[in-house]
Amino acid sequence: MSEIGRLNYFRIILEKAPIILLIVSVLNEFDLNYLNLKYFSFNFPFILIYYWSLKRSGSIGYGLIFLSGLFNDVVVGMPIGVSALAYLLICGFSAYLRNITLRPSLVKDWFFFGFTILVVNSVIYVVVSLFFHIQIIYVDILVNILFTFLLYVIFSNLFDYYQRIVFGVVNV
Amino acid sequence: MQASRDDFVIAIRSAFLKKENKQKFSLIALILLALIILAFEKFNFKAVSYLKISLKEIAYRSSFIVSIPENLTKNFYEKTKNHFFVYNENIQLKKDLKDQLSKNYNIEFILSENERLKSTIDDLDYFSDEILAKVLIDRQSPFLKSVIVNKGSRDKVSMGMAVLDDGYLVGKIVEVTYSTSRVLLLSDLNSKIPVDIMPSNLQSILSGTGKDYGTIQYIKDENIIENDSRVFTSGSGNIFKSGIPVGKIEKKPGSAELNVNFFSDFLQLRFVKLISFKKEEN
Repeated sequence: MSEIGRLNYFRIILEKAPIILLIVSVLNEFDLNYLNLKYFSFNFPFILIYYWSLKRSGSIGYGLIFLSGLFNDVVVGMPIGVSALAYLLICGFSAYLRNITLRPSLVKDWFFFGFTILVVNSVIYVVVSLFFHIQIIYVDILVNILFTFLLYVIFSNLFDYYQRIVFGVVNV
Repeated sequence: MQASRDDFVIAIRSAFLKKENKQKFSLIALILLALIILAFEKFNFKAVSYLKISLKEIAYRSSFIVSIPENLTKNFYEKTKNHFFVYNENIQLKKDLKDQLSKNYNIEFILSENERLKSTIDDLDYFSDEILAKVLIDRQSPFLKSVIVNKGSRDKVSMGMAVLDDGYLVGKIVEVTYSTSRVLLLSDLNSKIPVDIMPSNLQSILSGTGKDYGTIQYIKDENIIENDSRVFTSGSGNIFKSGIPVGKIEKKPGSAELNVNFFSDFLQLRFVKLISFKKEEN
């Protein structure tokens, strides 16, 4: 009996892994800056939120995404609410894609992700720069967008693999 | 045409307005909430300040704990890297030590001479309150170059305090909560401090670039400044005391830019000193 209970707990943890990973990634230093790679940075939460809201929307609650956005703003030092807005917009874009897609494909998801992060980063730029007068470097943001876009394919395959192991099937 | 527009509207409405299965909140409600928080933040509403303070207290502490595995990886990576370069580094260090020893004798003499001269002209001297702090988070976002330290208002940390690493200036305190503070690094685009450039003895402003170096602004003639000139705080504006070492000038051939390589490596900050300077009559 206790063996079954333990297995259930383990399964719950595995099912909640995306949201745990999201909270961990906004709180810790998952940016590999210690490698001293001059022009390398990517936004892991963007990939995570887009993928899981697209493929398994119930696995990450919008409320928790909003909260993790607030935490990200606090950790990074941005005006509070900016990341929450960005994350929710990503959820909106992925929900839209889910609604219009009949036959999903990785390439379509990938290019729509590229479009999404361009729009979302533009929104961040407008809010941060025009309303809060914080100077930002365009090149850094563009590099960040580029690497986030490129790495989506790798993470998408990893998450597909994870879904197959934990849930037995890849949704959508 | 009409049908495809209808499909688009339906898909948008369904994505943003409809509350999905297993979701407690609709997307549009949360987006509006985020916008309201942003608007309140813009106009400095008290409620948002309280929310921010509570989030900070939770986030900084949990961030430190959550970052432990990655910090261990980072330390392991640094140690491994150092082992590979230990031989060359040893040769370089021996050379540097020899240079430094010879310089030390001169410095001792200059310091005593400086004290004597200051007392002669009845100048003001500085004394400082030092607080040792541990770096909790050194997340370098593309937007802000800052670190969080584990000392706050309860430890008498105040806004504008200088932050030093091994005697080198790394930034200043820009945000204080009860138990933590945020340090804006000199490399941040929004950081600007008055500096002296030696040996040319020129005053200027050191501005952050968002990269791992700074740049000298408002200099009439860049050619007067030599490569490898040292940059110190000037003490103008009473932000910091004068003479804190910051970095050295790097002039790129064919470029008018004067970059400053900081003495301290901002990616390797572990413990820093928070210092407030007060003037004291001799």
